Amino acid sequence: MLTQEKQAPALPETDTMLSGSQALLHGFVVEGVDTIFGYPGGAIMPIYDALYDFEGDLKHILVRHEQGGIHAGQGYARSSGKVGVVFATSGPGATNLVTGLADALIDSTPLVCITGQVFAHLLGTDAFQEADVIGITTPVTKWNYQVTDATEIPEVLAKAFHIARSGRPGPVLIDITKNAQLQKFAFKGYTPCDHIRSYRPKPIVRKEYIRQAAELINKAKKPFVLWGQGVMLGSAEQEFRAFLEKTGIPAAWTIMGAGALPTDHPQNVGMLGMHGNYGPNVMTNECDVLIAIGMRFDDRVTGRLDKYAKQAQVIHLDIDPAEIDKNVKTTVPVWGDCKETLPLLTQMVETKQHTEWLAKFREFEQKEIDAVIREELFPTSDEMTMGEVIQQLNELTKGDAIIVTDVGQHQMVACRYAKLNQTRSNITSGGLGTMGFALPAAIGAKFGAPDRTVVAVIGDGGVQMTIQELGTIMQSGIDVKILILNNQFLGMVRQWQELFHERRYSFVDITSPDYVTVAKGYGIPGRSINQRENLVEALQKMLTNPGSFLLEVMVTKENNVFPMVPQGCSVSEIRLK
Amino acid sequence: MSEQAPIERQEYNITVYTENQIGLLNRIAMIFSRRKMNIESLNTSPSEIEGIHRFNIVVHETEEVVSKIARQIEKQVEVLKVYYNTNEDVIWQEMALYKVPTDIVAEKAKVERLLRENGARVVVIRKDYTVFETTGHREETDNLIKILQPFGLIEFVRSARIAIIKDSDGFNRKLREFERAEPGHEVMENEFLNSREKVFSM
Repeated sequence: MLTQEKQAPALPETDTMLSGSQALLHGFVVEGVDTIFGYPGGAIMPIYDALYDFEGDLKHILVRHEQGGIHAGQGYARSSGKVGVVFATSGPGATNLVTGLADALIDSTPLVCITGQVFAHLLGTDAFQEADVIGITTPVTKWNYQVTDATEIPEVLAKAFHIARSGRPGPVLIDITKNAQLQKFAFKGYTPCDHIRSYRPKPIVRKEYIRQAAELINKAKKPFVLWGQGVMLGSAEQEFRAFLEKTGIPAAWTIMGAGALPTDHPQNVGMLGMHGNYGPNVMTNECDVLIAIGMRFDDRVTGRLDKYAKQAQVIHLDIDPAEIDKNVKTTVPVWGDCKETLPLLTQMVETKQHTEWLAKFREFEQKEIDAVIREELFPTSDEMTMGEVIQQLNELTKGDAIIVTDVGQHQMVACRYAKLNQTRSNITSGGLGTMGFALPAAIGAKFGAPDRTVVAVIGDGGVQMTIQELGTIMQSGIDVKILILNNQFLGMVRQWQELFHERRYSFVDITSPDYVTVAKGYGIPGRSINQRENLVEALQKMLTNPGSFLLEVMVTKENNVFPMVPQGCSVSEIRLK
Repeated sequence: MSEQAPIERQEYNITVYTENQIGLLNRIAMIFSRRKMNIESLNTSPSEIEGIHRFNIVVHETEEVVSKIARQIEKQVEVLKVYYNTNEDVIWQEMALYKVPTDIVAEKAKVERLLRENGARVVVIRKDYTVFETTGHREETDNLIKILQPFGLIEFVRSARIAIIKDSDGFNRKLREFERAEPGHEVMENEFLNSREKVFSM
């Protein structure tokens, strides 16, 4: 450990001789990067060597696996709204990023990943730790580029940040050969990029479509808003809320959009999709105008497409032209950043209240409470449910924590029931459904939002996929609350096997280590409970412990997540049991 | 609501203007292979503007699929613009080479007449073989294969299709707009959105 606070070198004057690695790191400083998640290796050593001198400005978090590094970068980006930065070496280091790249691409998360590569003269020779990283990552990046000459680095890095964060954000990868990292050149300064002639991040807003959308909304008797992560990616939470409150339209969210409007806002009618709420799913097929904002009609949201909202006129606000009409045919396409389009729309819509229409959602909600929610949150059975753990967590956090979830039953339960007061509070792997996401993403989320409580809610399957990141917590001293909901099954697969495969429980019975002992090995205090009477106190201990804490809650083994839109069914065929 | 696009599959010519970037061919090809779509023909070449590349891609698909693919291609950072057109909207050519034994060609007067009828030109004559070339549409180049087959066709190869869009006025003006930080309305338009105006109804 270094005791001396190091000062990063100031940006050098023009024509100072710098190595490619130094130029790269100066670029990061100019871009405002403060945290890097990474893992060194042979082909990225020159960059790590230069990093040694940048400790004052660039905090490097040593992860335990590159997949953990990139998920941490995603968590950081999602909690902070900034670009996540990830380092990995060539070959296996780079290939370990692939899952995270795919996850970040489908969930529109801005990342800049730097991978080391073998010397340029060794490319294509099957050199040690050589892999075709550009080839491998092409379909899972918004943009990628291989640098073989150091002089390219400032411009390429500037492009990378611009591409990652603008328009519909996404992951970008720069593969830098070792010779380019070492090569010295006359540094010409670093200029951030704001224009690439072949790249138009934002379509021009067309007022005529805003007008048409406003007319449809003003005439609508039963309008319904669906929102997704686009609201947060555009930092348009205020604009969104203003639009909703003026129009009085009920609004439901995709899991990527959760938290953009507080859970207890009177017009927030709940979650869409396969395990979403009853009302929003049924009403999708009853509304007359469907207003989709920053969401992409994923199949988990729409169910069977040919029976999806066929009665409705569809207005789709999205920044990505390729999303318009991709899955659901639009009546009025409103292209553009919703930060710009929503205020224009708000100006043109009439102030209204849809009291009766909103009340219908609440009627469905009551049915869902009676059939599902009450028993899930306040069970009468002896064994604990996942829902009641989340319910108690809500009571204690008051909805102010960042909830990071993994993938599976606990994810659906946490997303359904977690109370979220503020934006950027729900971090989950929505599109790709990456098990093992939560633990590293929670680490990154805490670095991205150090003042907030971060709770990783993880199943007993997912936690075992990236459990090595406990080492990152140990070494960095970061404060992450780890809440394992253990049902001793790969629960979501088991649920499907029960419902659709005649209870043939094929390889879903999973054993767990003694998590408390494992955590202890990493110097993290922990506790495991299986009695309801200990729940509140254990959660309290977890939340108030200075530093990380692992709490395992043994929950009932064979609970199913309901409601459910079975695959191949229409959203209105949602089952309550 | 707009009418459903016709579901008949037909040939579409996709024209892509791009930067000259290593790996971009792969990125574009993957958009097709990911969807298990066959590319019937693919040609890359320079365009009317120095440094700007032009892809000509031919697929046999429905318009709905092609329009979605076009937007996925246009979304790529180094792609400037994508157009898709039916065969009626473009002037297109493919070139083919045929190698046949010289002795048969020399002996049989019929062959010479057939070649002339099919607009074939001689590229190389050697003692052992002769190479002919035709340029035209698929049916034309295909037809000559059938004709030459009985005369001992040794080798045949056909190029990718190249196509010029009938009512395009080139890319120069558009590129100048793209180079500005705030491109004008006219150029930022998307063909798709403009054509929607015609079908839009409320």
